[in-house]
Amino acid sequence: MVPLGNARRTVESDQPRKMVLMERFFVWAFAPAMAVVLLCPLAPAQSAPPAPQTRVVIVLDAAHGGDDAGGHFASGQTEKSVTLALSVKLRSLLSARGFQVITTRESDATVSADHRAEIANHSQARACLSLHATDSGSGVHLFASSLAPVASARFVPWKTAQAAFVTRSLALTGALNSSMQQAGIAVTLARTSLPGIDSMSCPAVAIELAPERDASHTVKSATDDPAYQSRVAEALAAALLVWRTESNQP
Amino acid sequence: MIPRHQIILFSVLLVASLVMGVVLWQLRERAHQRMVEGQDSSHTQAPAVAPAEQATLLVANDVDGSLLTQTHSLPLPSDPGARARAVLGKLLDLYAAAGATHPVPGGAASVTQVFLLPAEDLNAPAGAVHKTGLASSDSTPTTLDDGSGQQSDSGPEPTTPQLAVVNLTGAFVASHPSGLESETLTILSLCGTLHANLPRVTQVRFLVDGLQRPTLAGHADLTRTYLTADAADPNRP
Repeated sequence: MVPLGNARRTVESDQPRKMVLMERFFVWAFAPAMAVVLLCPLAPAQSAPPAPQTRVVIVLDAAHGGDDAGGHFASGQTEKSVTLALSVKLRSLLSARGFQVITTRESDATVSADHRAEIANHSQARACLSLHATDSGSGVHLFASSLAPVASARFVPWKTAQAAFVTRSLALTGALNSSMQQAGIAVTLARTSLPGIDSMSCPAVAIELAPERDASHTVKSATDDPAYQSRVAEALAAALLVWRTESNQP
Repeated sequence: MIPRHQIILFSVLLVASLVMGVVLWQLRERAHQRMVEGQDSSHTQAPAVAPAEQATLLVANDVDGSLLTQTHSLPLPSDPGARARAVLGKLLDLYAAAGATHPVPGGAASVTQVFLLPAEDLNAPAGAVHKTGLASSDSTPTTLDDGSGQQSDSGPEPTTPQLAVVNLTGAFVASHPSGLESETLTILSLCGTLHANLPRVTQVRFLVDGLQRPTLAGHADLTRTYLTADAADPNRP
């Protein structure tokens, strides 16, 4: 049995030995690691592993939703359901092609124009597509903002944030137009003032899906035709692949 | 015993009350007389029959999303506001007709008033007109059809730009087909037609039943000031 006073003395005498052992352990264990860390910047750049490429972000804005049904079509469908269906199709195609897709709505929910623009502006997207549908006209209508281009600034008015991106939006419209033409889909190009688009700080285009018509203006494919929607979505996805390549170039 | 000064004060107040009563009665009689005179339609001057003139209309076509210039002969009043309302009414009559290229119900009655005001200075840095950066190209009026010669309000400063405020009816907006292209074409054709017949009009704003409305039928923004140059070239780069 060890007296209490001796036990305390034993503990006190063991502590310096433990400290020394721990110091030696840290020195031997971490010195090589520290050396590696310090010498890494001196290593040639070729030996560094390639940084993972950031995924290109695309914002899909299915217009209307919830209380706002949008247009009512002759088939009984509403614009909000057609835009959501097209958004879901396009999201799948873009995800399969390596894009990171952010949607403003995934269900029949009410989303204000300002909130749509907030989502787009926080995502720092390479392209923002606002999807619409109509019963009038034919083919696909592509709209860029009618705001006049201005130089980019640190702070921009909310309602005209798109003005700094209009030039790139027009370039994106051109890429979409080319892809649609290649897919044999009639395209109408125009410019408009749309509250959600005008507040987006990204290359943005409003895409309005209209029925496909023949030469006598008879409807070949309605806007709620899933095959027609898929064909348009394929053309849009192909255009965004081209856009990604073009926008990656300096 | 009532003090003398209180009797004098009471008398003065009584006289003042009587005088005020008489004055109010006379004012009421005059106001009533003015109201009766205003309601009496027998004294209004019969409207003069305006001579028929050539008006240039920019008619929208839904098939190809274009604006087609058409010339129509119609009686145009000399007053610029009434003239603007007449040409817009004719345009909307075309849209309400059977077989229209841009069918929109409503007709001429859809335009309640058109007010012409001095245009806002687009060079001003303030964001009243939020199309900043347009000043260099759009501050001078662009004539769509110089040969029409429809400028009726040739004042001392014929180049002073004007803002047209078009007051539409709620029924017209409620019955307008919903669609980005359809709404954009309606607005551009209204703006272009105004500018073609009143070249001083370079900016257009829209009200619905006298109030501002967010969109025409869910798409086209009605809160902003439109430039008639947009209608001249809707696909401008």
